[in-house]
Amino acid sequence: MRNRRSETSSILRNVDWPTIIIYVLLVVCGVFSIYAASYDFDEASLFSIDEFSGKQIRWIGLAFAIGFIILLIDARMYETYAYPIYIAVIILLIVTPFIAHGIKGSRSWISFGSMSLQPAEFAKFATALALAKLFSGYQFVLNARFSNYVAAITIIILPVILILAQNETGSALTFMALFFVLYREGMSGLILFSAMLAVIIFVVAIKFTETAVLGIPTGEFAILLMIMAIMTGMSVMYSRRTEIGRNLLIGFASVGLILWILTGPCGLEVPALAIILSSIAIACIYIIVESVRRRRSKMLIACGAALFSIAFMFSVNFAFNQLQPHQQQRIKVVLGIEEDLRGAGYNVNQSKIAIGSGGFFGKGYLNGTQTKLKYVPEQHTDFIFCTIGEEKGFVGALVVIGLYIALILRVIAIAERQPKTFGRVYAYCVASYFIFHFCINIGMVIGLCPVIGIPLPFLSYGGSSLWGFTILLFILLKFDQNRRTELR
Amino acid sequence: MRKNYNLEKRKYVISGFIIVIALIYLIRLFDLQIQDSRYKASADSNAFLKKTIYPSRGLIYDRNDQLVVYNQPAYDVMLIPRDVQPFDTVDFCRTLNITPEQLVKRFADMRDKRLNPGYSAYTPQRLIAQLSSQDYGRLQEKLYRFPGFFIQKRILRQYNRPTAANVLGNIREVSSKDIENDDYYTLGDYTGDLGVEKSYERYLRGQKGVEILIRDARGRIQGRYEDGAHDIEPVSGRDLRLSLDIKLQEYAESLMVGKRGAVVAIEPATGEILCLASSPGYDPRLLVGRERGNNYKRLLDDESWPLFDRAIMASYPPGSTFKPTQGLIFLQEGIIDLNTPYPCHGGYINGGLRVGCHPHAAPLPLKPALQTSCNAFFCWGFKAMIDRRSKYGSSAAAFEIWKNHLVSMGYGYKLGVDLPGENRGFIPNAKFYDKYYKEGRWSANTIISVSIGQGEILATPLQIANLCATIANRGWFVTPHAVKQIQDTVMPAEYLERRRPTIDLKWFEHVAEGMRMAVTGGTCRRAALPDIEVAGKTGTAQNPHGNDHSAFMGFAPYRDPQIAVAVYVENGGWGATYGVPIGSLVIEKYLKGTIAPDRKPMEEQMLNSRIYYAKPKK
Repeated sequence: MRNRRSETSSILRNVDWPTIIIYVLLVVCGVFSIYAASYDFDEASLFSIDEFSGKQIRWIGLAFAIGFIILLIDARMYETYAYPIYIAVIILLIVTPFIAHGIKGSRSWISFGSMSLQPAEFAKFATALALAKLFSGYQFVLNARFSNYVAAITIIILPVILILAQNETGSALTFMALFFVLYREGMSGLILFSAMLAVIIFVVAIKFTETAVLGIPTGEFAILLMIMAIMTGMSVMYSRRTEIGRNLLIGFASVGLILWILTGPCGLEVPALAIILSSIAIACIYIIVESVRRRRSKMLIACGAALFSIAFMFSVNFAFNQLQPHQQQRIKVVLGIEEDLRGAGYNVNQSKIAIGSGGFFGKGYLNGTQTKLKYVPEQHTDFIFCTIGEEKGFVGALVVIGLYIALILRVIAIAERQPKTFGRVYAYCVASYFIFHFCINIGMVIGLCPVIGIPLPFLSYGGSSLWGFTILLFILLKFDQNRRTELR
Repeated sequence: MRKNYNLEKRKYVISGFIIVIALIYLIRLFDLQIQDSRYKASADSNAFLKKTIYPSRGLIYDRNDQLVVYNQPAYDVMLIPRDVQPFDTVDFCRTLNITPEQLVKRFADMRDKRLNPGYSAYTPQRLIAQLSSQDYGRLQEKLYRFPGFFIQKRILRQYNRPTAANVLGNIREVSSKDIENDDYYTLGDYTGDLGVEKSYERYLRGQKGVEILIRDARGRIQGRYEDGAHDIEPVSGRDLRLSLDIKLQEYAESLMVGKRGAVVAIEPATGEILCLASSPGYDPRLLVGRERGNNYKRLLDDESWPLFDRAIMASYPPGSTFKPTQGLIFLQEGIIDLNTPYPCHGGYINGGLRVGCHPHAAPLPLKPALQTSCNAFFCWGFKAMIDRRSKYGSSAAAFEIWKNHLVSMGYGYKLGVDLPGENRGFIPNAKFYDKYYKEGRWSANTIISVSIGQGEILATPLQIANLCATIANRGWFVTPHAVKQIQDTVMPAEYLERRRPTIDLKWFEHVAEGMRMAVTGGTCRRAALPDIEVAGKTGTAQNPHGNDHSAFMGFAPYRDPQIAVAVYVENGGWGATYGVPIGSLVIEKYLKGTIAPDRKPMEEQMLNSRIYYAKPKK
């Protein structure tokens, strides 16, 4: 008996308790929110097995068991079997569409009796393990060889393709977050920055074409402003001279002032686009002159970034206008720009109303009306944050966001204290997934991101997602627990 | 292990990134929840009512732009259970002409999750479907007394003429399976059932719109949300123009009254179906409105199967209307030439087998054989082909070639008509007989009756009409179709392309000539019209259900065919008894518009004759 107890306590010894506390808080918060989201005034019970909350409680119980089992298993097992686990999951993903029963166009669920599992959720930890295994290879340095990039990107892309084939665009996009890991391990920050810039330019250029500023579509105008800011920032960063930035800012501001005076008080028609483009061109010449004078060739990156951004912006618009109207429509729907026929835009509007009506302290638990009236779709899964925003108000939202930030920062801290590359890379994978899900899900609910249907970790209703994230987190905790024995 | 401290700094970039995002989100939330008053204004448990606006369904016209199917409004009484307050039930029942018991039952049904799986106390539920316009008017006036109730306008179908129900189809409420298969539908929507309503559902239905209304805490509608800025306009469905001539359809149906069977007429050059009558038919208006359920059940239980579209769903032995295909195959395969004579001693007598025939001059070549519908000729030809081992190697190999020719003429597989439920008919293949008689144990004589369209051979009236159109065109056809035009859309290519059987064009003229001779001096003399050259072929098909089936196919005018028609009358006796008169009347009506005076008695006879069908044995 004593022996057994000491065994249990040794399993929980050295576990990172702050992470577990945040995990439990989020999961419990999830049950109450799911209950509120599917609450019916007439007939309801928190633990009823028919209700979503009752099922979620059952899944949480299993999740705890899974977490405990993971802590029991020797940490070296995961490292040893990283590739076999990855390959097994890939095979499962290949098989899934053939044995899955389709739910509204998606073929990603496998049924076991009354229960359904989504293998895509389990691809997350498998891919993280494989990536960590790759990076922990003997004297592996990402930037040393181009083939290292090929291997890393292959590991990431394989599940993406297979999950796309199941019609689960949202889950597939999640893996893009792993580029954060590549960045941490040495990939140039410029790549990450350019990729984000490209996405922003693409979306903004297509999204805001209805209105115009100074005769330029609002989207393009905003991008041009952004390009000016980036030029200024980059030239300061690479020259380490603030006066260059100051000069550029003064130049841009005066051009803006002149444009405003000409069009506003004077009421003249001016070729604003040409003027802005030429002012950027002049700024480029100025930067080139400065870079030659100060012998800082890196400053030219600022010019390059500006030119590429402008070229990209115009080619996006040009290419987009070449498409057939129905293809344009399709892209707009996928990006959540245009309201599709089932009204994704309408849904986001409803979700904003629900959150907005919450006020500072919220309407009180179970008193939300917007979510109760079932105007918000998927309110117990992807739109669960809505319920919190409505019933708990700004304070509740702040607490939940705070919990996620604490979790993500804690995982990063755990990552950095790992003695081995394997543990660190794996931990960064975990952090990246959380970052992506957090940003996209909450951004979608409050109308800042396109509608991409992915769950909010630990809060959204659903067994697969809960178990997937639990496995992800507890394998990390196991590595972390073992780090001291590794040092010895 | 050496750490790269330069890279370790990147943790600050990643951490910084997520903190900045979180800050942006918090600012946004602050703006949504505290700054923006638009959302706060609706904080007192106000809510929106998302009302579906149903688009009007596409109208259906016939080929002469006669309106056939149009829309009529109906009104559903809806309610949101949570918003309903105690109301004057007596007044409510009196307004709608129902008894309180009926009302109580309706409420119980609505709450029953087995009958209404989508029930929720917070979303609109339907209490009573399809009010009459009088009831609607009375309720509309008093609606303010019944908070929580509202009226939803729906679109029902209405028909100008009691005809063509099998082609037009009707609309029904969607089933849970429809909802699962197609995101467009929600509970209570309508979808096309049978006919073009089903096959062209995607074009006819249009796009639903949404109207967003604001209501207060008591469920009272306060007006439109932001003046309809977020509403979605419905898009009307597309109109269809049928290839059907609705008057010809009506005429064909009237000729078939009292008989079971089908009349199919096709415009040969385009494959457009001019009429597709199935008898007995039914009035499409029976399947509209509140009585739909009862009427549907009654039609389903009717032992004469009015819901069964015999024109495309029934497969009959084609009988002698099949003989032209045999002539074509024998010519193509070089089994006969135009002058090859075969004997007929009152039938085909060979190897202890006898297939009877009626008296006529013999021996005779192909054209007179078609003219007199000689059974023996086609049996001899069939034997010559199937048993010609020197050319084909085996009977089975020869039979496969024979079968492939027939398939190319549209037999044995669905033609691909744009109506649901088409039957493929039946043409056996060699394997079928190998299994039935054991491999190598059968030859032409074993299966001789297929050569005269009996035995295993089955075809739909549509396939027979299509063969007639192919001969009228002298060697090609267009897949038959009932819709000529879809508004703002191009017809699918399959209904525009010519399909070519594997028979050389040159042979068709001779078969057509044989069919012309059958009218001028053969089995279908009654089909002759005063100033139009008609070509035709009778069929008399033996069957296990009683008297022979009476069949006919014919086209006219002979030189420039405008119409190809097939008639099939169950248990009608000789082809010349019902098939020929009905077919020729349809041709005359279509080409001339009226029936010649000396043919009026024949028309009278067809309109009034009835065939007695015994009740099927249970």
